[in-house]
Amino acid sequence: MRWLLLKDLQILRRSPLLVSLLVLYPIVLAVLIGLALSAGPAKPRVAFVNLVPKDATTFELGGEKLDAASYADKLFESIDPIRVKTRAEAVDLVRSGDALGALILPRDATERLQNTINLSGGPPPRVEVLYNAEDPVKRRYVEATIESRLSEANTLLSAKLTTIAAKYIGIVVSGGTFSLLGQTIDVLGLRRSQAVIDGVAAGLPADSPQRAALAQVSRFARLASDNLDVSKPILASIGSPVRVKQTIVAGKRTPLDAYAVAVAVTISLMFVTLLLAAGMLALEREEHAFGRLVRGLVTRGQLLVEKVGLAASCACAVTLLMLAGLGLFVGLDWSRAPLWLAALALGSLGFAAMGVAIGGLAREVRAASLLALMLSLPIAFLSLVPSGSVSAALYRVIEVVSALFPFKPALQALNAALNDADPGLAVPLVHLAVLTVAFTLIARLALRRFD
Amino acid sequence: MAVAAPALRADGVTKRYGDRRALAGVSFEAGRGELVAIIGPNGAGKTTLLQILAGSLRATDGAVSADGAVGWVPQQAAIYGKLSVAENLRLFARLERVGDVEAAVDRMLDQTGLRERAGDETGRLSGGNRQRVNVAVGLLAEPPVVLLDEPSASLDPRQREVLWEFVGGLAGRGTTVVYTTHNVAEAERFADRVLVLADGELLFTGSPGELQQAAEGEDFEAAFVAFLRERGH
Repeated sequence: MRWLLLKDLQILRRSPLLVSLLVLYPIVLAVLIGLALSAGPAKPRVAFVNLVPKDATTFELGGEKLDAASYADKLFESIDPIRVKTRAEAVDLVRSGDALGALILPRDATERLQNTINLSGGPPPRVEVLYNAEDPVKRRYVEATIESRLSEANTLLSAKLTTIAAKYIGIVVSGGTFSLLGQTIDVLGLRRSQAVIDGVAAGLPADSPQRAALAQVSRFARLASDNLDVSKPILASIGSPVRVKQTIVAGKRTPLDAYAVAVAVTISLMFVTLLLAAGMLALEREEHAFGRLVRGLVTRGQLLVEKVGLAASCACAVTLLMLAGLGLFVGLDWSRAPLWLAALALGSLGFAAMGVAIGGLAREVRAASLLALMLSLPIAFLSLVPSGSVSAALYRVIEVVSALFPFKPALQALNAALNDADPGLAVPLVHLAVLTVAFTLIARLALRRFD
Repeated sequence: MAVAAPALRADGVTKRYGDRRALAGVSFEAGRGELVAIIGPNGAGKTTLLQILAGSLRATDGAVSADGAVGWVPQQAAIYGKLSVAENLRLFARLERVGDVEAAVDRMLDQTGLRERAGDETGRLSGGNRQRVNVAVGLLAEPPVVLLDEPSASLDPRQREVLWEFVGGLAGRGTTVVYTTHNVAEAERFADRVLVLADGELLFTGSPGELQQAAEGEDFEAAFVAFLRERGH
């Protein structure tokens, strides 16, 4: 069997295009995924029109001058603004597709905001958003980005208003000064009012009829100051009335980039192993060597074991290289490397067994490669369908189909090995071992078609 | 026809693929150093019979016995195109568990006249040279019996002469050679005995001269065609 293995390695060595593809494919995939993970999504280009006059960009809140431009800067963290001067220019940019959307700040935006804050009446400020809906995915992204950033700006203003309201309540309770229309107003405050009343009441004769009346006013002042103090946390809670408590009931928290690494490596492992195992077995028939080999030189079982071993070893080495490449972009825990190896080894054995089954059924190298691709891609996609995205019954069917092929357990094993994710390493490894045996048996039956 | 000391013997060999019968109780013997040609129309079962004799296909019924190892040269070159001539020979010598691998490779390179092409990938060789390597692989273990399936099918006339000269040399050294061919002239020239197979049945076994006499044709090919026609094939 070792001579067959040596022969296959010689053949691979003399097929530089095939070997280059098998080695380069996962490396390129690793670099692309790495760059995608480290670079983050590109900002959408959005036209921005600020019609507010330059001398009217500020508004006053609680005696504090705020610049509306600082809120626009928040938005620009998520979008790539194309600053234009008129609404018409913005519309042209969106129509031509140069910008995915446009955000228009009207001339009276800060004025209306000031009126709203001052409770002077009039409509609240309104910004205008235009979208290019030709690409629904990008449109949704721009829409969500702008909405979320405007919502953030609203929240910041709301927090500022709440702080100022609390400050006024403090002045009403404890006394102090504030400015109104250029004048400084001194407020006595409820607590100091109560102290004044208590002082006056103490100076009255014990049987004075005014004493009871002043005691009533003093009680009101205490009651009012105590209750207004409570209103501060109530005001604070208005800003964010609902809090979220997150609890994970199934699966461990795996960072998205770490999971993406597991998916990328599993897909590469699948392609390299399947194509190699299916192709090398089919090659024995295509070269007409199968008949010569199995007439006593090697058994059919040995031939399968050799192909599975060859494909699994090569794929393991290549994907380990890929993991090392991805490690440059994503922090990988190298102390878990023995677990990676276990996952890669069993995963590659599962795929290799499936590969020889495909090679046995297809009998020709081209047909085997095509069948490997046609089978593996839908299975990989099915295995990545998240629960809840389809009906429960359909998801059960998908689970059963996914369990019949090595992709899902290989992904689970690799995710567990890399990220300590559920369901752990043992169950998918046993699953892969069972699939390896099952597919090898199918391949052994399929070899009858070689005769 | 009984042979004094048969090197190869087929006894009632039958092969069925489902309802279809490929071979129907074929029996014959081949003696040491004998050149036996199996001829017959397309689909007669020639390759199936040879595959069963070689052990690469299992018979549905019947038995095959040989005096020692059987060398097998399939119709299409069963060698690896990405390996060189020497590497192919070395690989199969190792798989055949030949005692001195390098000596066997050297011997076959000399016998097939491929020494100068030893380092060339077989995929780059001409059809004739590939067939020479194919034959050489079948002879690596110096088997007492060699089976060749349409050995001259892809060769030009000059290469065919070289091949038959080589095969004749093998028989001269005591190797039993059984081969199939479509070219009945080759069977006439290079066979001690012919087996005529049609629809899986063995219709005739004897020398080419005996077949010509049996069918009374102008030449061997005409006699062969007349023989088949007389028997409804």
